[in-house]
Amino acid sequence: MIHSLFLVNSSGDIFLEKHWKSVVSRSVCDYFFEAQERASEPENVPPVIPTPHHYLISVLRHRIYFVAVIQSEVPPLFVIEFLHRVVDTFQDYFGVCTEAAIKDNVVVVYELLEEMLDNGFPLATESNILKELIKPPTILRTVVNTITGSTNVGEQLPTGQLSVVPWRRTGVKYTNNEAYFDVVEEIDAIIDKSGSTITAEIQGVIDACVKLTGMPDLTLSFMNPRLLDDVSFHPCVRFKRWEAERILSFIPPDGNFRLLSYHVSCQNLVAIPVYVKHNITFREGSSQGRFELTLGPKQTMGKGLEAVLISSQLPRGVLNTNLNPSQGTYNFDPVTKLLSWDVGKINPQKLPSLKGSMSLQAGASKPDENPTINIQFKIQQSALSG
Amino acid sequence: MLSMSTNNLSYNDQGGSDSAVEVGQETTPTSSSNAGAGFGLFSTNFKKNDDLKEMLESNKDSLKLDAMKRIIALIAKGKNASELFPAVVKNVASKNIELKKLVYVYLVRYAEEQQDLALLSISTFQRALKDPNQLIRASALRVLSSIRVPIIVPIMMLAIKEAASDMSPYVRKTSAHAIQKLYSLDPDQKEHLIEVIDKLLKDKSTLVAGSVVMAFEEVCPDRIDLIHKNYRKLCNLLVDVEEWGQVVIISMLTRYARTQFTSPWREDGLFDENSETAFYESDEKKTENEDEKKSYMMDPDHRLLLRNTKPLLQSRNTAVVVSVAQLYWHLAPKHEVGVITKSLVRLLRSHREVQYIVLQNIATMSIQRKGMFEPYMKSFYVRSTDATHIKSLKLEILTSLANEANISTILREFQTYVKSQDKEFAAGTIQAIGRCATNISEVTDTCLQGLVLLLSNRDETVVAESVVVIKKLLQTQPTQHSDIIKHMAKLFDNIAVPMARASILWLMGEYCERVPQIAPDVLRKVAKSFTSEEDIVKLQTVNLAAKLYLTNSKQTKLLTQYILNLGKYDQNYDIRDRTRFIRQLIVPNEKSGALGKYARRILLAPKPAPVLESTYKDRDRYQLGTLSHTINTKASGYLELSDWPAVAPDQSVRNVEVIEPVKEWAPSLGKTGKSKLSKSSDDKFYSDSGEEEGSGNSSSDDSSSSEESSSEVESDEEKSSSQSSEESDKSSSQSEKSSSESDSEQKKKTTKKPPQKKTVKPTAKDSDSDENGNVAKEACSSSAEETSSGSDSGSDSGSGSGSDADSHSGTEHKKKTKSKAKPKMEVKSTKEVSLLDLDDFTPTPVTRPKMSVLSPSLLGDLEGLSLSNISSTMQVSGPAFVPEKSHDLLHRMTGKGLSAQYQFPRQPCLYQPSMVSVQISLTNTSDRPLEQIHIGDRSPTGLNMHCFNTIECLLPEASVTVSLGIDFNDSTQAANFQLCTKEDQFSVSIQPAVGELFLPITMTEQDFRQEQGKRLGMNESSATITMAAANTTSQPISRQVATVANLGVVPSGQDNIHRFAGKTASTGAVVLVTVELRGESTALITINTEKSVMGPMLLRDLKRALAQA
Repeated sequence: MIHSLFLVNSSGDIFLEKHWKSVVSRSVCDYFFEAQERASEPENVPPVIPTPHHYLISVLRHRIYFVAVIQSEVPPLFVIEFLHRVVDTFQDYFGVCTEAAIKDNVVVVYELLEEMLDNGFPLATESNILKELIKPPTILRTVVNTITGSTNVGEQLPTGQLSVVPWRRTGVKYTNNEAYFDVVEEIDAIIDKSGSTITAEIQGVIDACVKLTGMPDLTLSFMNPRLLDDVSFHPCVRFKRWEAERILSFIPPDGNFRLLSYHVSCQNLVAIPVYVKHNITFREGSSQGRFELTLGPKQTMGKGLEAVLISSQLPRGVLNTNLNPSQGTYNFDPVTKLLSWDVGKINPQKLPSLKGSMSLQAGASKPDENPTINIQFKIQQSALSG
Repeated sequence: MLSMSTNNLSYNDQGGSDSAVEVGQETTPTSSSNAGAGFGLFSTNFKKNDDLKEMLESNKDSLKLDAMKRIIALIAKGKNASELFPAVVKNVASKNIELKKLVYVYLVRYAEEQQDLALLSISTFQRALKDPNQLIRASALRVLSSIRVPIIVPIMMLAIKEAASDMSPYVRKTSAHAIQKLYSLDPDQKEHLIEVIDKLLKDKSTLVAGSVVMAFEEVCPDRIDLIHKNYRKLCNLLVDVEEWGQVVIISMLTRYARTQFTSPWREDGLFDENSETAFYESDEKKTENEDEKKSYMMDPDHRLLLRNTKPLLQSRNTAVVVSVAQLYWHLAPKHEVGVITKSLVRLLRSHREVQYIVLQNIATMSIQRKGMFEPYMKSFYVRSTDATHIKSLKLEILTSLANEANISTILREFQTYVKSQDKEFAAGTIQAIGRCATNISEVTDTCLQGLVLLLSNRDETVVAESVVVIKKLLQTQPTQHSDIIKHMAKLFDNIAVPMARASILWLMGEYCERVPQIAPDVLRKVAKSFTSEEDIVKLQTVNLAAKLYLTNSKQTKLLTQYILNLGKYDQNYDIRDRTRFIRQLIVPNEKSGALGKYARRILLAPKPAPVLESTYKDRDRYQLGTLSHTINTKASGYLELSDWPAVAPDQSVRNVEVIEPVKEWAPSLGKTGKSKLSKSSDDKFYSDSGEEEGSGNSSSDDSSSSEESSSEVESDEEKSSSQSSEESDKSSSQSEKSSSESDSEQKKKTTKKPPQKKTVKPTAKDSDSDENGNVAKEACSSSAEETSSGSDSGSDSGSGSGSDADSHSGTEHKKKTKSKAKPKMEVKSTKEVSLLDLDDFTPTPVTRPKMSVLSPSLLGDLEGLSLSNISSTMQVSGPAFVPEKSHDLLHRMTGKGLSAQYQFPRQPCLYQPSMVSVQISLTNTSDRPLEQIHIGDRSPTGLNMHCFNTIECLLPEASVTVSLGIDFNDSTQAANFQLCTKEDQFSVSIQPAVGELFLPITMTEQDFRQEQGKRLGMNESSATITMAAANTTSQPISRQVATVANLGVVPSGQDNIHRFAGKTASTGAVVLVTVELRGESTALITINTEKSVMGPMLLRDLKRALAQA
């Protein structure tokens, strides 16, 4: 299965390596660097790269490439999924998953990787078990450790691994028993230039934070379970009960976890809560172009739009822009031609707009196409799927 | 022994370290890429390492730990720390757990290089293997087996054997891992290891299952015989195994099933869409169909596998989902594969790398079966944020999903892609258009037009790609395209991309007889620049010259001579070679006797057109989801998926004589979900398999009636014909869907009784008839609860036990079928959405004058690709809202048990664009089956109507939904017809509301105004109304209007004016509705349409809807 793992940063240096079987020379990564050079964008590096003796499977998260070396047939998703799980674990442990964080905690990282794979086969990937084996580093603990000389590694060997509920550790105790559930819905839509929606789909997750004593068994029922017809569950959820009664019955892991995620593909079009009026023109012959954007909320049911961020990849011919935002800050990178405008909160009375001119390369013909505009936004306390 | 070893250590310490350091000095700089810096680093390391050694030899644990941490950091950076081996290995027996772990990490990393020294640590592990704590035993075995030192193979072997019979499942799991390690270290141990694998395969713990199957796959994947006895157990345990183990087990079981069961795919090409429709039609219909294919009966074990893997489609682990998907793809009957679609589409929202793999698999699937993914076509639309390789995969899928019905939608989408800034992607899109054009003959001309337009694009790569694709297209249809060829000849001056130039030259040569005037001219031009051309262009120039020489030697003789002379002295030997060959072939001289005569036939032979095929066409030779499939070459260690055996091997090999599981899991029988938790480690967590095993016992204990009848059934089985078993097989597949559902309902009813589980799991004793038994039991248990009178009917009907079982599961079943009908309709409707553009382009023979199309100044981009004939901006869109309201067509009292309801799904009709589609759901409320339900006479006699196929049989309590197409001819006159069964005829009528006669269209506000301007005066009807308070904002208005009439919303610039547009189904007359809010609660409704009758009627309906609360 997974032979070795190399961590490569964005400038192409290997800053960590780990081998589970015999050592694979790091020169194997040269094939990866070759592919990296060929790719125009960091995202375009193919996830699977065959080399004469090995296969490299990589994922890119937080601008770090996690490159796994495989020697024989294995489902590629198996490796990809595992690598993502590794990243999630690092994030869980160190708060962020950056090169600096990994370098600072290299010993914990090594201990984690050692526990997660045995001979290349996943062994313990549940964060509850791992946290029992290796305690996450916190400032308090580091201080205590230096004074008392105790260690990060759990004295007690974990019992969770042995039970049928491997995701929950035993002997949890809380004085305040509490459980929180967050429902997060994301809408993903393509809208054409006249403003009509081409496709829209909703992806939702229920994240939970459960702090309960002992071995609680929870059930969660929904008002309208029919909406959830395309779901995936945390392994703790009992499939059969869901299929039979549409009730979620589970023994939760301790702490934060993602209970379920669901996908609503919209037969009837969803109301997109924001609209953009645009007027972007390039004139033939002249070296000027006009750029005008206005944003507004639409059918938000009284909820405010927050953290609105607009980005647009302008055509290559654009040399620079001279724009005037009515609120927020805008930024244009003349090298990547990426325009980004951090709007912030939208006030329905005073709609934010961005107006101004673009200077184009002199003599170049006008760009064929109007740029695509990406909008990100947040609405608190609102579920789009209804 | 111990003291000895420490002595040795210190000795080696002294002597060995120096040499080790030297080795290190040599290796480190070479291994790091920047040699200069590496040396600098190393020299500091050198000093550090000295104090590290001191720290390791100190007495303080904390110092040792610090040292170890620094060493680990060195290893992580890829630095060589092997010279510290002796100092480190001494600490292997440390009491400090963290220190010990770090030493283990170090040991495993360097043991291979320092074999002799590594041996010193072995005794520690041997001792630990006997430790009372299972976790210490396990970790000792883990490290011991990770030390890749061949000398300790016997020790490892012994340890593995011992651990395999350990009490603790965790230790047994570790031993399964150790098997693989030992095998890779010494393959000669294979035989012994297989013994251990065999033993561990029998293990009943879920912890062990995944690991041992992994070992099996690694060591002896061909020993299928080891699996037989454990097959059923593995299937049942599967849900509880940890997710990584699930992936491995599923892929192993896929291979196993392909060798053990016969093919569930019928020979008569199940790929066609017929099977697809059969799938969407009701279960009853299916029952009919399946009577025809009596020859195949699915092995119960095969069914067991499919059933137990299905819930895993909802796993959060994408690898599990895809492996279940490939299992269904490779093993399930064709009509069941559909269940994986939704899950796969869901994965497209996952990480980029996951998307990549999933899309690859979908690409392969979609080539074989378009129908599966067609309803989800929109999920494959490209996003601007996608990576290039994802974009091209999506393009690939869209191309293979294209068919006559949805091509216009897809081409419209492509139109946007062509303009993408990602030129690689734009070029890919052009190729995709080319492929659509060859695959779907209806749009070939349109595509060609569009591509020609692209020739005037400013971007060179786009132009070049278009030239290449046009060349291929023209080759497939070399009819009257001389216009295009002429146009390309004009372009020749401006195009610099060699491939495109070569393509144009080739086209000239191939069709030189069609363009006799131009071809010599092109040759003249290229002759001038011959020396500066690329090789590929030169070759084509020589070809063109030769062809022209043969057809038109008068004009081109000198030119040809000139070119051949140039070619003769070219730098490239290929070109020299070609020139020499051509000269001998075409120029008549005495040496080239025989061949010269055939020159014309050689050069101007009709050439077969290239086939534009998907690159994923041949990928299905690899198992889906595998690495080999991804890279499209055979990866090392890839195990071929065998073909189905013609005759199934003996299935009794899977029987387990002693049913141990029942005994072992007996305590878990009575527990429900709640009591499960506190059980010890051997309990199943949430699968019912444990209970299923024993349910035979429990149900017989609880309900004597069911016991009786089940025994009756058993005796019945012996008598029953093959047909009954056949049918029960089917119904079992049905019941399995419902089993869980009805199960729970039963639970509620009989609160006092312990839960009765349906025996979905075959009881191992009589495997050949157990499916039968299951169903019968199911029927019995439900009937026992309903009424005592019903209980005997399940067993006394000899042949039709299956269908009876259906009817007797009673109310739950009814509910189920009803609720099932809904989602099914949805699926269907989405399919229709994609079909809707059929009318959009069929009446569009490209009538534009070609020369005007070709004048580049007029042309923007690919606008010519838009296919509608109304106006480029008006497109039929999907309905904004589908009312759920259904109307009574036939009441059950008047219909003698047959009841029918109809509703308007608001989808463009499949059969004819002028029809309105109507969905009728028929339900049999009588107690006998109704046969041959069909549509009889209709009035008015000229009524144009598309009937549904005759329903052969509708069982009691069953319902079926069929769709009709009726051409109402844009009037609200009712369509009267007769609904007939075998015995009776009932006159019914469908009266459409005026709003149902429209199809929504989308247009821009400007177009709306323009169209509105054309329909004033007589064609306008308006009214001012007082609105209900709730209706004064935009959303309720849109909803109310959409409820009344099937119209599309037109985006509006003003907040107080709402616009809606549609066209009538039959004549396509445009209907425009404007709702203008004036003041607090008054509104002006204006309707513009040339249908002067429909306007007022619609107005009346809208007034009513908007005024009401």
